[in-house]
Amino acid sequence: MIELKQLTKTFVSDGGNVTALNNVSLYVPRGKIYGVIGSSGAGKSTLIRCVNLLETPSSGAVIVDGQDLMQLSKKALRQARHTMGMIFQHFNLLSSRTVFDNIALPLKLTEQSKVAIEATVAPLLTLTGLEDKRNHYPTQLSGGQKQRVAIARALASKPQVLLCDEATSALDPQTTSSILALLKDINRKLKITILMITHEMDVVKSICDQVAILSQGKLVEENTVEEFFVNPKTALARKFVRSATHEKPVSEIEHHLKQKPISGSRPVVRITFVGDTTNDPLITQTARACNVDFVVLQADIESVGNKRLGFLMVEILGDEQATKTALEYLKARLKVEVLGYVC
Amino acid sequence: MSANAWALLLQALWETLYMVAASGSLSFLLGIPLGILLYITRPGRISENHLANTCLASIVNAGRSIPFIILMVAIIPLTRLLTGTSIGTTAAIVPLTIAAIPFVARIAEGALNEVPLGLVEAAQSMGASPFQIVVRVLLPEARPGLINGMTIISVTLVSYSAMAGAIGGGGLGDLGIRYGYQRFDGAIMLATVIVLIALVQLIQAAGDRMQRFYDKNQ
Ligand SMILES: Nc1ncnc2c1ncn2[C@@H]1O[C@H](COP(=O)(O)OP(=O)(O)OP(=O)(O)O)[C@@H](O)[C@H]1O
Ligand SMILES: [Mg+2]
Repeated sequence: MIELKQLTKTFVSDGGNVTALNNVSLYVPRGKIYGVIGSSGAGKSTLIRCVNLLETPSSGAVIVDGQDLMQLSKKALRQARHTMGMIFQHFNLLSSRTVFDNIALPLKLTEQSKVAIEATVAPLLTLTGLEDKRNHYPTQLSGGQKQRVAIARALASKPQVLLCDEATSALDPQTTSSILALLKDINRKLKITILMITHEMDVVKSICDQVAILSQGKLVEENTVEEFFVNPKTALARKFVRSATHEKPVSEIEHHLKQKPISGSRPVVRITFVGDTTNDPLITQTARACNVDFVVLQADIESVGNKRLGFLMVEILGDEQATKTALEYLKARLKVEVLGYVC
Repeated sequence: MSANAWALLLQALWETLYMVAASGSLSFLLGIPLGILLYITRPGRISENHLANTCLASIVNAGRSIPFIILMVAIIPLTRLLTGTSIGTTAAIVPLTIAAIPFVARIAEGALNEVPLGLVEAAQSMGASPFQIVVRVLLPEARPGLINGMTIISVTLVSYSAMAGAIGGGGLGDLGIRYGYQRFDGAIMLATVIVLIALVQLIQAAGDRMQRFYDKNQ
């Protein structure tokens, strides 16, 4: 649905050039929610602004619904933008217009009749739970309500694609989850493809199907969200996964961690449970089968998409042979990383 | 004050109102679009055009730097061309309008600058054309600021119109000078000043009221 091909964007200014995007290619399949995560200044906003050409890429191609946007005339581009909604971190609502008129704005731009506008806006007010705010002005609304108005406004032109730039970053956790639930709902009900920019792993975890990491303008890793959580490939990806699972780095738990085993040392391992294995009593089974004991250092269970993922950091106690057997027993059933050894 | 003096005062008030209303509406009509042009042609704005922006900006700045009293005399040929005379209340409208236009333009530009760029961006993302952005986003959002600015201009025009009395424009300023200053009629002088103060208060109050009505941020 959205395809970015070798996108590069360099900002030229007196103070020197900034390459905000460096040869980024990605593909967002129709109907999916695709998350792009990265730290501040990574180029996330630049990336999403290139999708509807608010920012003109220095090179590369932007293809949305089979249309190469950079080849379009100004008028045709405006037409294409009617099929893409966008929401922003700071909502960007017109303060001089009521909720209703804000939502109606895209329809007024295409000169639709009053009757048609009412017919489109009323169901959107219901969808976003704003029926009773119809005649309120934006200053009379909370942040979450403002973002709901912005979402309704973005949906008014019946777009195929919704672009979200840090849509929940200005909201508290509870409001964030209600907005994310709304976006998921929209994605399912209206079959809208969503591209989400965020710096919060929780956002990716709760609603995205796929995720890409952007770092210093480069796309460093891309995967389905489950794979990303279970098998993060780069150090940055691991860092983001750990932030979502609230894991502390091993070094904070165990100061005396050694890379190699010595006689009498005990392994510290990180075990990942996926899906059904989170329900199995594998740790106690291992303890009984191999005659070892476990000391739990950290543990967490998260739901990622519709799957459950568990993380467990343990120290294994037992004699050398038993420990070895226990590790093999676990490795046969789960994803196990040996992080080091303590004495 | 005699009945005659009251009649003079009423006549002068009417002339002032006429000059301010006419030059005010004309200068808003011409100055606001100029301010919009200044705003949209700036680098990074919706119709970025460096050359046009530089030209407009220098014309506006030049216009603002000419003292009103000099401008009034300098454009007499134009005034005569437009109104058929260089003297009188109607003739005074021409220099008043021309002097006000650059101020209106700059104040309008300033009011537009106050509109958060995010709103323009949101409108662009919806596929709005530059014209639609001006009409549907910038002007409604800048309205409280524009009203505020135009109130300031109207008050300024009241005092400029008093100066226009100098070329036989009539109005309250003219009355004050002729009777109060030249004939030492203190009562008339005082009366004109009081009427002028009341007029300015009235304009300001009306402007404030209108601004409050349109400002949905409070
Ligand atoms: N208009 C611009 N002119 C010059 N440099 C820019 C411009 N916009 C962005 N940049 C630079 O490009 C880089 C990427 O910026 P961008 O806004 O895309 O980051 P981001 O990932 O969205 O960050 P954040 O999470 O803080 O919003 C930054 O170094 C920024 O300074
Ligand atoms: Mg950003």
